[in-house]
Amino acid sequence: MNDSLIWLFAAPLLASLLSVLLPRKAVLICLFAVSITLISSLIVLSTVIESGAFYYALSGWQTGLAISLYVDGLSALMLVMTAIIATAISIYATAYFHNAEQQRFYWPLWMMLLCALNVLFIAADLFNLYVGLELLGLTAVALTAIDGKPEAIRAAIRYLVVGLLGSLAFLAGVSLVYTAYGTLDIAAISEQIQVNFYSGLIVTFITIGLIIKTALFPMHFWLPMAHANAPAVVSAALSALVIKVAFYLIIRLWLELFSDFNNVGISYLFSTLGALAILWGGWNALHAQRLKLLAAYSTIAQIGFLFMALGMILLLPDGEVRNTLIGGTVILAITHGFAKSALFLAAGIIQQHAGHDRINELSGTAQRLPITTFTLTLAGVALIGLPPSGAFLGKWYLISSVVAEGLWLWVAIILIGSLLSAAYIFRLLGHAFGRIERPKRLLAIGREEVPALLLALTATLLLAFTAAPLWSILENASGVYG
Amino acid sequence: MLSTQLIYGIAGIVLFVLSLRVAFSTELFLRQVLAINVAGAGLFLTLLSVAFKGLEQPADPIPQALVLTGIVVAFSATALALALGKKLAENSPDER
Amino acid sequence: MNIGNSLPVFILLSSLIPGLIIFFLREESRRLRTILNISGALIKLFLVAMLIWGVQQEQMFETRWSLAPGLEFVLHADTLSVLFVTLSSILWLVTTIYAVGYLEGAPHRSRFFGFFSLCVTATIGIALAGNLLTFVVFYELLTLATYPLVAHRGTSDSISGAATYLKYTIVGGAILLLGVIWLQTLTGPFDFVQGGILDSLPSELHPQLKWIFVLLIVGLGVKAALVPFHGWLPKAMIAPAPVSALLHAVAVVKAGAFGIIRIVYDVYGVEFAYQLGLLTFLGIAAGFTIIYGSIRALSQDSLKKRLAYSTISQVSYIALGASILGPIATIGGVVHLVHQGIMKITLFLAAGNYAETLGVHKVSEMNGVGKRMPGTTLAFTIAALGMIGLPPIAGFVSKWYLGLGAFEADVAEWVLPVLIISSILNAAYFLPIIYRAWFKTKDGEWPQESIQAGALETRATLLWPPVFTACLALAAGVFAGSVFSPLEWAELIAIREYR
Repeated sequence: MNDSLIWLFAAPLLASLLSVLLPRKAVLICLFAVSITLISSLIVLSTVIESGAFYYALSGWQTGLAISLYVDGLSALMLVMTAIIATAISIYATAYFHNAEQQRFYWPLWMMLLCALNVLFIAADLFNLYVGLELLGLTAVALTAIDGKPEAIRAAIRYLVVGLLGSLAFLAGVSLVYTAYGTLDIAAISEQIQVNFYSGLIVTFITIGLIIKTALFPMHFWLPMAHANAPAVVSAALSALVIKVAFYLIIRLWLELFSDFNNVGISYLFSTLGALAILWGGWNALHAQRLKLLAAYSTIAQIGFLFMALGMILLLPDGEVRNTLIGGTVILAITHGFAKSALFLAAGIIQQHAGHDRINELSGTAQRLPITTFTLTLAGVALIGLPPSGAFLGKWYLISSVVAEGLWLWVAIILIGSLLSAAYIFRLLGHAFGRIERPKRLLAIGREEVPALLLALTATLLLAFTAAPLWSILENASGVYG
Repeated sequence: MLSTQLIYGIAGIVLFVLSLRVAFSTELFLRQVLAINVAGAGLFLTLLSVAFKGLEQPADPIPQALVLTGIVVAFSATALALALGKKLAENSPDER
Repeated sequence: MNIGNSLPVFILLSSLIPGLIIFFLREESRRLRTILNISGALIKLFLVAMLIWGVQQEQMFETRWSLAPGLEFVLHADTLSVLFVTLSSILWLVTTIYAVGYLEGAPHRSRFFGFFSLCVTATIGIALAGNLLTFVVFYELLTLATYPLVAHRGTSDSISGAATYLKYTIVGGAILLLGVIWLQTLTGPFDFVQGGILDSLPSELHPQLKWIFVLLIVGLGVKAALVPFHGWLPKAMIAPAPVSALLHAVAVVKAGAFGIIRIVYDVYGVEFAYQLGLLTFLGIAAGFTIIYGSIRALSQDSLKKRLAYSTISQVSYIALGASILGPIATIGGVVHLVHQGIMKITLFLAAGNYAETLGVHKVSEMNGVGKRMPGTTLAFTIAALGMIGLPPIAGFVSKWYLGLGAFEADVAEWVLPVLIISSILNAAYFLPIIYRAWFKTKDGEWPQESIQAGALETRATLLWPPVFTACLALAAGVFAGSVFSPLEWAELIAIREYR
């Protein structure tokens, strides 16, 4: 049963290699691998729910020598989210590519990306994290550039350079850790870590590296071009998953490893950067002319919300309110994953039909694709944080804790940010009404529209009503609660 | 006074800082890639200097493993960067 | 599964499920769509009847679902819910029949009726909400469900009218949400309780409670069209007539007013609110809106716009009733929820008839319309006279109780003038219409006579709904003393509130 942990990254890895060797069977191989990943993630989640968090040493080597993996409630939830979204994206991708050459490159790279994501969620030592981050970065860059258009390549180059700088910072931090503490195992470090200048440097480097990867303001400038110019099927993974894993790492490290370094200044720093991201992202999304650009700016804003929540978590003392907020942040992150991937997939469908994604000219296309427009609506509702979406619950807790602390400026920013989201989403949806008759067949391309729709339905509706167990999972089986 | 280990270590850090400065300040793509590479090399140098445990004992293998991995990663990243740059130069010759 | 517990859920489902199915029907499936709509409405009415009976026996109907720690989704039926649910269900049936006739041949009917059903589901959800969280959830759903209805025609006017509507209601929703969350940080999660629970909080919190009240009323006031948050309502008149009817009589505006009643009676408690001086604030806002709406109505030539400003004015009677301490005023305000709904829907359906049959949109075009469309105009007249407050039509009953309640609470000095002035203004903008319709002869041709007079003056599905609701308005007034009247039920609510 614990072996299912291995399949999480072994399956995509094998699939990636096999897809290079057998390109004609690539789709089959990869869909199979993705299903294995999905099943394994569910098994892992149920194991964690039953028996709590656990370590796993690869190949049975003893600890200290072995590469160890660690799963708890938080990682298990993220794994399941990733697996479900990856399944939807993969099904979508089977119908997306019309160019055989792009398809040949897509599947190996996409499987590698999935492998990297899963590694990052379960790695228990810093070097594994470094390797995972590099793998993630390189595959993401390659996927961004996959269609060969000049704008995509330019965006990919910038993504690569910025990503490498982030990795360098991370590596610098890791090196410092080794020189200071002689070990890279996270659990071992957390026993020894002391608050001094040297460790402060470590914390700074690692955090900066991760902030670059998660595109928090002011390290956000690479994201709009990258996500807007990549093919929609890639952008979905980038915005929903790649960014998310970096945020997950920041939460994980700051709530466990770096918790001694926490002080009011740090929490205000995160919250301030988050606030700036919310406003900057929201404002630009409102003025975006292209659908995918709108979605990219929206991601920046949503990351801002997540960091504002993190800032609040760090500010609050241990206790019930803090734990509830942690859960709220997690549901916010998960909902965003589903909603943003749904949005990008839907944008891809629209772009393929219309030949472009300029918002002002999409009215006809939106009316001819009712299911896709519906997907956009559901995803939009989740991004705004209206009920009945999972994000509504998260925002409720966020606003609640900010009000309880009396931080009225933050309250105003959160509300303004949400209103900005409403503004740009409804500006988008306003184009869906017109005088064109509804088409006879509701579904245009099943394999593309249904996964997107299911993702959106999860974000809005499913998560809202079934999220209650999340808090008990985090409580019983996680190290993040105080 | 300064041991070899310390010299290597400091040299690595200096290299790192200088290259980062270049990476941030230059507009040319190729220069950025090279600067990042050198910065990485600086980090590796520092890391290796930690591996030294004196002339009698074998060096600590873990930093060596880290550096090896890092070199491989830097290599792949550079390859990717150059491939992208080449593709871009082919498509739009006015870029550098 | 205990049937008693799940009745609220079933009432919701009776419009949700047909709505969802209708979305997927093809445009041509007229019969299936109509069957789904009507049977959903009839099932709902049947279930509501069961609910009425049960609530009167003080039976418990509650459904709870835990969404997250401290956030529970609660459906609960008490006397106030039943009032609103009954009103919504009856008027939904009426409006559905009307809409089937009105939209004959129009495009996108499946989408329309789908969102129509969602809109009613949301309204019922608001009525049955057992705590503030559930209320807010359905309140926002109502916004989402009504936006496509306002934008339905797809013209640039429709889309911009819908955009204005959305701007106001989303901002209002955000303010409401802030107020609710703030309140819950002080009190923890709680359900609506008749008599309110906030009076048990320590007095240091009172300043915060006052600010929260302001936020809540502002947030609700957007939908309830309290001045100065009313700007969306005249612009939303661009929607098709059934939508305007539903929005003004049943759904949106009423939801805001209903929310205000909930806040005053079942969250703060009317006596506590009085102690904090909040009722004065509410009363001033309501009084101002009543007068302002009526004044603006005078200058409107477009019939629907005149009715819109009349709504703005009339709905604030409900808020006025809530702002006066004492059971009689409460009865007046609460019963006006029902009476205003019935009368206003009659007016809007009649206006829709004029527009659809004769192309008449303006008051100035209405000369002699009584001869051509006597049934519709009779319904219009009854409703308009009720609005003015003429006995024995329903509107008179509400105004009577409001006036009496004002006396009882010693606030008659300013409430009575407001009532009297507004009644005069109502007469000033309604009587000329009635005069034109009956006593003037038409000059020239009708702007666009799309439906010829046959046995009936217009399509049956357009004629009978307003006639029916006009009769209801008359009956609610004439039989106000009987056991089945809205007035009796309002008295029941007041009794349980002041217990």
